[in-house]
Amino acid sequence: MLSEKYKDEIADILSRYPVRRSALLPLLNLAQREEGYVSETAMKEIAGILRLTPPQVYEVVTFYTMLHLKPIGKFHIQICKSLMCALVGSDQLLEWLHRLLGIKPGETTPDRLFTLSTVECLASCGTGPMMQINDDYYERLTEQKVGQILADLRREGTSPLKSGPFMLPEAVRGHPLHSRSNGSPG
Amino acid sequence: MAEYEKILLKNMEQPRYTGSLADYEHAGGYQALRKVLGKVEPAAVTEMVKKSGLRGRGGAGFPTGVKWGFLPKNRDATYLCCNADESEPGTFKDRQLMERDPHQMLEGIVIACYAIGAEIAYIYIRGEFALGTAIVERALAEARAAGYVGRNILGTGVTVDVWVHRGAGAYICGEETALLESIEGKRGLPRVKPPFPATHGLYGKPTVVNNVETLANLPHIVNRGPEWFASIGSPPKSTGTRIFCVSGHVQRPGNYEVPMGITFRELIFEHAGGMRSDKKLKAIIPGGASAAFFTDQHLDVKLDFESVAQAGSMLGSGGVTVMEEGTSMVWAALRLMEFFYHESCGKCSPCREGSSWLVQTLRRIVAGGGRWEDLDTLTDLCQNIGGRTVCAFGDALIAPVVSTIKHWRHEYEELIQEAEAKRVSPLEAAILAH
Repeated sequence: MLSEKYKDEIADILSRYPVRRSALLPLLNLAQREEGYVSETAMKEIAGILRLTPPQVYEVVTFYTMLHLKPIGKFHIQICKSLMCALVGSDQLLEWLHRLLGIKPGETTPDRLFTLSTVECLASCGTGPMMQINDDYYERLTEQKVGQILADLRREGTSPLKSGPFMLPEAVRGHPLHSRSNGSPG
Repeated sequence: MAEYEKILLKNMEQPRYTGSLADYEHAGGYQALRKVLGKVEPAAVTEMVKKSGLRGRGGAGFPTGVKWGFLPKNRDATYLCCNADESEPGTFKDRQLMERDPHQMLEGIVIACYAIGAEIAYIYIRGEFALGTAIVERALAEARAAGYVGRNILGTGVTVDVWVHRGAGAYICGEETALLESIEGKRGLPRVKPPFPATHGLYGKPTVVNNVETLANLPHIVNRGPEWFASIGSPPKSTGTRIFCVSGHVQRPGNYEVPMGITFRELIFEHAGGMRSDKKLKAIIPGGASAAFFTDQHLDVKLDFESVAQAGSMLGSGGVTVMEEGTSMVWAALRLMEFFYHESCGKCSPCREGSSWLVQTLRRIVAGGGRWEDLDTLTDLCQNIGGRTVCAFGDALIAPVVSTIKHWRHEYEELIQEAEAKRVSPLEAAILAH
């Protein structure tokens, strides 16, 4: 039960809003952090806490792409496929991941470690191709870098190649994509 | 290359600047707040912002002081929402402003709240920005502990509580009324306007929604005066600097803060280092995915609100995407349309159904299955989406299609011609079958 385990956090969230329902996204976030997805039990419990009907909770969950109704892999890899990343090789990134993990977007590896998704713009347009894995951004990817990141994640659960506080331009010299042709078919 | 004084990126470009409260204060941070709170009448702060000519940096470019002026005279609760839902493809400036200098934005938020009489502000940060959220939360904790945020700020009796509200993955929540719905715990569906948020906003109360970059400008306007701000850029209508996010096929993609009014040529070829290879520039998206494409003939257009509008597009969110020779414009339109199709909230039929038709038609053309009537279908669809939806999303989504057909119609025709040439007529098929 969320309300027992996160009693203080829930009270803190509720105190920020004059209307209870506003706590819906924060609580769904909390539920997903706890279970890796938003379960039916969690939705019912949240409905109870916020004095909503379960369908009022469900209709919100289905609107927001970051909320999952089913369990996914331990590491959720999201590749930005919007135009700006596509111009600098996001289709290629998808191929690399397919080669390395043997899965296509929407699939999870049999060991349930990795789930692959394509998503729309993650505000990383100057540093593509890029991917988000769980909370972290990985930018200016190359095939070698992707392999390294996956190996790090398997071994350590995290990777030092993740992005820190964002600043661009900074040392962009030697960016490997500058010498590669773009990913567009035309 | 011309060097310009930076305003918003100045602190973070100093070596060893971490964005901590100590660093920000050392750089002169929170002086504007001290100058204003309890010393200058709130209405006078609004006047100052009006005089500066500051216009919204989120996309629409509405004058900030005028927006504040729409709040009703007699009101009880008033809210400020900081729009940090940065998700317009091509735009990545608010991310940098939040992750590198969060206190600059927070000081702007408190000043704005003081001016409009809001005691609560919500910072709506897109859900994917986990790092940005953590950095802003940490800065908020510092600001609260130092008495810059919370009850009785610096002993002036002014109260401003600031809370972070995380989104959960929905582009449309950057539309201001969808953002309000989202904070209210609902699906992010834009509201019918009027009434506008100034009178009926969050929880039905008077509300102002301002973008991160807009708010970050406020401390500087207070410190150096509205006349100073109004003298930068292309006065009188496009004052101040803009952070242009340059992406695509350039040498040095990145955020460049320059006075409004420099040309695309200067931004792309001097600041962003020009094209990444010897391929020539073919197309520019001047202001995020919602802006109509420009060609190489537009390189001398000035980057200010009026000039870009006059040339047939919009300055929008400041996202400038550059494409080189060899990039298929039909393919580019398709990639953007896939974005809009994915992000349409589904409230209005022309946008929901139209974006789906547009994607299917463009996919067919790109995949080599185009038909001559497809060009008319695309044009017809666009004419029936623009201006027929509750929010500006409908107008935005047709921009890439309309503008690529306008400038590169021959690319559509070539793809279709090729497909038609390969197509076997029913008669031929019947003969072949025998």
